[in-house]
Amino acid sequence: MSSLTASERMAIIRHKGRPTIRDYIPLLFDEFCELHGDRQFGDDHAILGGIANFRGMAVTVIAQVKGRNLEENKDSNFAMPHPEGYRKALRLAKQAEKFHRPVICFIDTPGAYCGIAAEERGQGEAIARNLFEFSRLKTPVISIVLGEGGSGGAIALGVCDELAMLENAIYSVISPRGFASILWRDASREKEAADRMRITAEDLRELGVCDRVIAEPAGGAHNNPQQTAENISHYLTETLTKIMEKEVAILLDSRYNKFRKIGEFEEFPKGSE
Amino acid sequence: MLEDLFKVVKFRAEGDNRTEKKAKVQIPDDLLFKCPRCGNVMFMDDFTGASKVCGECSYHARLTAWERLELTADEGSFVEYDSEMISKNPIEFEGYAEKQQELREKTGLKDAVLTGECRIRDKHCVIIIMDARYMMASMGSVVGEKVTRAFERATEKRLPVVAFTASGGARMQEGIVSLMQMVKTSAAVVRHSEAGLLYITVLTDPTTGGVTASFASQGDIIIAEPKVLVGFAGRRVIEGTIKQRLPDDFQSAEFLLEHGFADMVVHRKNLRRTLSRLIRLHTPKEGCQ
Repeated sequence: MSSLTASERMAIIRHKGRPTIRDYIPLLFDEFCELHGDRQFGDDHAILGGIANFRGMAVTVIAQVKGRNLEENKDSNFAMPHPEGYRKALRLAKQAEKFHRPVICFIDTPGAYCGIAAEERGQGEAIARNLFEFSRLKTPVISIVLGEGGSGGAIALGVCDELAMLENAIYSVISPRGFASILWRDASREKEAADRMRITAEDLRELGVCDRVIAEPAGGAHNNPQQTAENISHYLTETLTKIMEKEVAILLDSRYNKFRKIGEFEEFPKGSE
Repeated sequence: MLEDLFKVVKFRAEGDNRTEKKAKVQIPDDLLFKCPRCGNVMFMDDFTGASKVCGECSYHARLTAWERLELTADEGSFVEYDSEMISKNPIEFEGYAEKQQELREKTGLKDAVLTGECRIRDKHCVIIIMDARYMMASMGSVVGEKVTRAFERATEKRLPVVAFTASGGARMQEGIVSLMQMVKTSAAVVRHSEAGLLYITVLTDPTTGGVTASFASQGDIIIAEPKVLVGFAGRRVIEGTIKQRLPDDFQSAEFLLEHGFADMVVHRKNLRRTLSRLIRLHTPKEGCQ
């Protein structure tokens, strides 16, 4: 694997030709049947969902949709979901649970949308509900960060049994730009922030957040989408086989423990009585 | 400016007899309180005497965790959990340790949340209180761990949980580790919920970001104090996106109630009674007596 800095990887994931979920779906799945709507308010195009055939196994796919051009981006709101997007994701996850299908979430978002309508319809509640329900979803969940994993908007699809990241993907609590602007009051220090925040797949593996790093072709996924899809497919085959064997109770326990152990604190610091 | 001066005079005149009624008066550092919601100016004595509620618009100002505990719990009933826990510096962010040391000295807190067991009008419960003075009560490793443990202990002891939330969101200085606390706390809420136990959230000023998007929105019953700010995205972020000023009541407790995201808005003076009543209604033997 290459040893690039976070800011260099950011340039790769911002490359115009970076494959999106729309490129990967035909490469990964033999069949895909898209399903729409949250059954409450509407159909958010920032999140795409449906049932796919993965090497003979039915799986539920939930993905954030980056556009490949301005038109697609306008349609998918630059992959920034509204509450109804998260509610659609949850509806499809519950459907997967009913039919014992594994759920595969593809994360690729700058964050949940920040706007009046999003607040009116309960953006916070929608994300909180997903964290709550995915924590107890009685079917396997695998999340893969394709490019950008932006904060709360990403984690709403990130409660999983295994988290994988593409080699150049990043996953962060706030965008490097936001980090620089809030903590240093200087948004132009974005690159420096990216390099300091520990947001690469390798960093997250060390921090115990990411379980697997999926290799990209030299120079990035855009140089060979076919090869990248094969790497993802290989990872999915291996992981699904392993994960589908687990009993539900064991699966849920290990999902709990996966997140339970994350946190860095001390209880009886030196010098305290 | 000139009008402000007259306002002060007016309140001084009215304020005198109000002050007499208050038994508990603390001597404040500042003489006056200016309400951030309506701009009303009150004497600090009157303001603290009224549990820090604005006399004009009933904005419920921020309390320290210990002030909140004193207003909520039966005297002497509190037993604190995990009082010594402090966070490390997971992404080795420069200045983080120093900033925390400074705040610990200033606030007497170790981090932004107080957890433990107490009684509220004799109802035994686990209580979680966030304190916005400490890094805007952002959620890092310590807040995440203490909240999670509070739920785990409540589940084990079969106790209800009452959480007073306030937060600027995830603690950026701890990087991705802070984001993961949202899942960790939510998963602990799930286990408490699946054990059939009651969880009441009280949203206080300000509850935003990653805390709104995790345990603050997961209560069986969600109470908000009047006028407080509750939302996911920050106001300035939204104003920056839409390039216009938002109405004053946007993301207020009343806004939340109107849009269906809170069960009730409760005045601070009625909160203790409301909490104990709700706990009683969830206690099988006492139930509706």
